[in-house]
Amino acid sequence: MKRRDFLKGCLIGGAAASLGAPSKSWAVGSFEGYPDAMGVLVDTTRCIGCRSCEAACNKEQKLPEPDVPFDDTSVFKEKRRTTEKAYTVVNRYEANDGQKPPYRKMQCMHCNEPGCLTSCFVNAYTKTKEGAVIYNGNVCVGCKTCMVACPFNIPAYSYSSAFDPLVKKCIFCYHTRLKFGKPPACVEICPQEALTFGLRSDLIKLGHERIRQTPDRYVDHIYGEKEMGGTSWLYLSRVPADQIGLDTTIGNEPVISNVKDFLGMVPMVLTIWPALFSGIHLLATRNKDHGDDHHNHSEQEGDKK
Amino acid sequence: MQTKGFWLAGVLVVLLLAAVPDTSRGISVPDMITLNTQSKLYEPFKFDHAKHIQLTKECSNCHHHTTGTLVQEPNCVRCHRNSSETKVVSCRGCHQADPFTAVAIKERDPKIYHNDMPSLKAAMHRNCITCHEKMKGPTGCQDCHKRSKEGDALYNSGAYTPKNKPAKGEHGGH
Ligand code: SF4
Ligand code: SF4
Ligand code: SF4
Repeated sequence: MKRRDFLKGCLIGGAAASLGAPSKSWAVGSFEGYPDAMGVLVDTTRCIGCRSCEAACNKEQKLPEPDVPFDDTSVFKEKRRTTEKAYTVVNRYEANDGQKPPYRKMQCMHCNEPGCLTSCFVNAYTKTKEGAVIYNGNVCVGCKTCMVACPFNIPAYSYSSAFDPLVKKCIFCYHTRLKFGKPPACVEICPQEALTFGLRSDLIKLGHERIRQTPDRYVDHIYGEKEMGGTSWLYLSRVPADQIGLDTTIGNEPVISNVKDFLGMVPMVLTIWPALFSGIHLLATRNKDHGDDHHNHSEQEGDKK
Repeated sequence: MQTKGFWLAGVLVVLLLAAVPDTSRGISVPDMITLNTQSKLYEPFKFDHAKHIQLTKECSNCHHHTTGTLVQEPNCVRCHRNSSETKVVSCRGCHQADPFTAVAIKERDPKIYHNDMPSLKAAMHRNCITCHEKMKGPTGCQDCHKRSKEGDALYNSGAYTPKNKPAKGEHGGH
């Protein structure tokens, strides 16, 4: 937990610094992640766009009924994003190599150095030793700073009650599965094993080995190995990453040391800070247990084993 | 299995080729095989083995190094150029039903070979679908196995199709 405090210190200190002369002096990016962190290698060359992972996630996370069935392929007409009702979505892309269109499942990347976590004023986020980036909905004040800070546009919000704004995103099935050493629901259901669950360090070796053994099948790059300081979810692809909707301009420095993104955040910080200031301390101390979000069903399921 | 009692337990676990004798030993091969006997989301179905033998001719098209011609995959050839057929012919003889248990992950050694073996479910789907795409065979999920009631519920389809359909184009991201 010291590390997080350190990062937050950097961020707040950085706010002052970057208002004057932008400086990269606090740049980090050396954190390799927890040694036992788990991850998922998404091999997009295997994905057939069946959307089973979306269906499994919907049930596992007890999300609202979808607008259309999960076997409806008309959704591929548009590029969807993750929402408070869908922690993962599969999109279809047009590759320019004349082969069949690739699909890509997207969800939270579970960054080694999460922008959402470092930007959160109330410490709602936790990076667990298993690699998951989870959050405590009880302390979230719905300020949307994490949404701005996330380089992958992942966090969404549910404003079902004005007094209980809640960040919503993929949590790597932490409470019901990952914590107990089990693979996420989306991984388990995938008929193609496009999703391989394992130690992040093993998956990187595995990914490079797949590229070495079948070089015609892949671009020689594992997206997420280095991007943004490294992510727990990793991608293999037949076409360059930007052709399947992955941002190749974000670089390898984590958000904390990314001055440009950070400057974009500052006006929001200044706008919302005074309004929230008095309430933040109260909210942050209301529930000391950062690890658990407020869903009771999570605990029940945990007990069931 | 750890996942016992869980709704996803054994989802789509496919049992294949219980004991298919090796053709090369002159023993008869089954004409029909019931697959998908453990799945909850899809019904079991009959796989017409005889028809596929006729269509492909070469056993090794599906049963890679286990029966038929010698190993051809360039990567496998590096070690197995002269390897004889293995005794195991059935897919499930090697491919695990659940490759992501804590034990399996612990034992995974990225330094050795055969460490990236797909699960039984994935081995079958990838083998079948890849070939069906090439040969213009059926590729839809329900072309091979009909979905069960439980499957309909999971996919919010069939009797479980959402009632309040929004205007077209409004689903998905906002
Ligand atoms: S992808 Fe976004 S929401 Fe997920 S851990 Fe990284 S910064 Fe946070
Ligand atoms: S890991 Fe869990 S929460 Fe995340 S997309 Fe998969 S099923 Fe959904
Ligand atoms: S379940 Fe697997 S194959 Fe199907 S859409 Fe998801 S990642 Fe692709």
